[in-house]
Amino acid sequence: MSTKPVKKTLIREAVPMPEQEAAERRANFDEVALGYIEEAARAEADRCIACPARQCVHNCPVGVDVPAFIARVAEGDLQGAADILHDKNALPRVTGRVCPQEEQCQMKCSVGKAGDAVSVGRIERFVADWEAEQIRLGNVPPPVKAASVGQRVAVIGSGPSGLTCAADLIKLGYGVTVFEAFHRPGGVLVYGIPEFRLPKEIVYSEVAALERLGVEFKYDHLIGSGQTIADLFADGYEAIYIGTGAGLPQFMNIPGENLAGVYSANEYLTRVNLMKAFKFPEYATPIKRGRNVAVVGGGNVAMDAARTALRMGAEHVYLIYRRGRQEMPARAEEAVHAEEEGIEFVLQSNPVRYLGNDQGFVSGIECVKMEMGEPDASGRRRPVVVPASEFTLEIDQAILAVGTTPNPILARSTPGLETRGKGEIVADEEGATSLPGVFAGGDIVTGAATVITAMGAGRNAATAIDRYLRAKRGTAPVGVTEASAATVS
Amino acid sequence: MIRILEKEQLAPAIGQMVLQAPHIARFARAGQFLIVLVHEFGERIPMTIADFDREAGTITIVYQEVGKSTRDLGALRVGDAIAHVHGPLGRPSEIEKFGTVVVVGGGVGVAPIFPITRELEAAGNHVVGITGARSIDLLFWRERMRSVTHELFEMTDDGSGGRKGFVTDALKDVLASRQVDRVIAIGPVPMMRAVAGVTRESGTPCVVSLNPIMVCGMGMCGGCRVKEGEKTRFTCYEGPEFDGNRVDFAELTERLRTYKLEEQEALARLISAHEEAANVH
Repeated sequence: MSTKPVKKTLIREAVPMPEQEAAERRANFDEVALGYIEEAARAEADRCIACPARQCVHNCPVGVDVPAFIARVAEGDLQGAADILHDKNALPRVTGRVCPQEEQCQMKCSVGKAGDAVSVGRIERFVADWEAEQIRLGNVPPPVKAASVGQRVAVIGSGPSGLTCAADLIKLGYGVTVFEAFHRPGGVLVYGIPEFRLPKEIVYSEVAALERLGVEFKYDHLIGSGQTIADLFADGYEAIYIGTGAGLPQFMNIPGENLAGVYSANEYLTRVNLMKAFKFPEYATPIKRGRNVAVVGGGNVAMDAARTALRMGAEHVYLIYRRGRQEMPARAEEAVHAEEEGIEFVLQSNPVRYLGNDQGFVSGIECVKMEMGEPDASGRRRPVVVPASEFTLEIDQAILAVGTTPNPILARSTPGLETRGKGEIVADEEGATSLPGVFAGGDIVTGAATVITAMGAGRNAATAIDRYLRAKRGTAPVGVTEASAATVS
Repeated sequence: MIRILEKEQLAPAIGQMVLQAPHIARFARAGQFLIVLVHEFGERIPMTIADFDREAGTITIVYQEVGKSTRDLGALRVGDAIAHVHGPLGRPSEIEKFGTVVVVGGGVGVAPIFPITRELEAAGNHVVGITGARSIDLLFWRERMRSVTHELFEMTDDGSGGRKGFVTDALKDVLASRQVDRVIAIGPVPMMRAVAGVTRESGTPCVVSLNPIMVCGMGMCGGCRVKEGEKTRFTCYEGPEFDGNRVDFAELTERLRTYKLEEQEALARLISAHEEAANVH
């Protein structure tokens, strides 16, 4: 596709990403990674050899034409690059920041075999931020709205998958209404991911872009506790996309877990991120500022909670994880950032109970040491308790980040909607559920996963919804094959 | 934005508002609740639906001005807007023909017990009402409660009206005098705890509607978790009604105290801001 010749010399080292110094950033909520300037982005883009393998495209859940947009950046055609990104990705400012590129587009990069992979995410972020700035300055003409096809779709949930689905459908001419239970859009992008990794203003600007295209947002609307799927059909929506996520926090069911000062990561992060409790009392939502904080878990959410607790003024933040450093499910970059900032990793350890003071507040966490046991039937070694290894950490706050499961409210109010396991909605690759006209995707189908996989599911479902609604109104689908090609198994 | 259509002072520090919210009124059922965010700097406060009118497209809330957020709410006037009202949330009350039902409303709890009482009466139950407050001027909706109960006992702590004593005194008398199939109680935690103490003794099924600390109202934060028997439940989507005979009220009481200091700080700042403003004029 690209006419760019393969370069003879390989530049092995990536252009580094400027960051706030650890000592400085641990005391503020500003973004840690500062972003490339144009020269840096073009230099990094120049490292791409436009190889024929195109593994970056194949490993992108939404199928962005990575070499093409990178080539435009190298040439200095930033608007051209932005257009290519938008062709497949409704939220490039978001994915440029929170995608685990090292497991996706950058994983099998040809350049990466001889050195650092091309920093696709950093270049993407630069292009998307540049475009947002052009829009802000009024340098970009307003988008052309698609001609209406006269059919309406309800999208439930405004997280990454719902927003992506809405973006694709509005471009195809459907009337799209997004129902969001919270008073702000973005789902986990806003309540979960902290400001220092993803400034909320970025999510809101992406939502504003969708509004300019004609997407309607209804906030404070929880579907399932009053209004149901059947009510939405009765109101004239002809198809429904469910992207309600895996937001139900899990607890460990150990003694003392309901003491005051013990939070789910969702509650802790929602208070700080969505409700801005870090600005209490200017903002009315209170939060406890722990001095010695235990965060339980080893994933990205645990890292986010730990780093947030630090910024809330904690002296010690212990990250308690039952396996070793290498087994942590968090992105390597996040774990490194956390360590740099002074998070104390307490590895191969697991809480067994919380201790409380006479006021009912948590005052300690008792843990046991864990070691890797014999491989089980599946061949995976599971951590087992080391006998008589109890130890106690003095804490005044605990935050649990031990996983989330699908939110049950919608499914339980929808007769005939098939679920499995922990409440995941059963849906095929294109999001079709057991109910006609009802599609689902993202964490509500897969269980907790990444932003970009949820976006991929939203795209696939939009294609399927388009096909379904075309059949309903009696016209043949176009462009379906192209979009389906983006599906990764 | 949710418009305030009517506002009425029911008692000292207790107000009532009728809100224009057709999308909530259309789906609301007795026993469900709302999350109210008074303004964009506000917090999300859970509040039970006191009444709703599907045809008029309105809902009614009753609030007691105790902290900063409820004072901010109380400061709004007819024609003003509340930034966000989210609902209906939670499971509706179980309404069926149980037989003889005693409904107990304490303090502001009289408001949410009203629509439940109306539904129970309409379902063919013999409904005995017990309402209580510190003094008679704090007891509101007396006629409304009378209109949906077959018998109504009004109790005041100080004897300034009705009968002197606690709602539990009246409840004991009722339970001693007849077969009661179900008790439903809404009010301050100590009251519900005391009611459950009485019903546990007599083995009467007892339902309480809880109002713990809550942020989301939709099952994603777990701030509202309460222990019912051995199980931890989320009030927002598994409640707000639970088996009163099995709720761990001691734990609930402690969890409700989590932000006491912060609440005091916010209120103190509000009051001093008012005083400063008053000094300027």
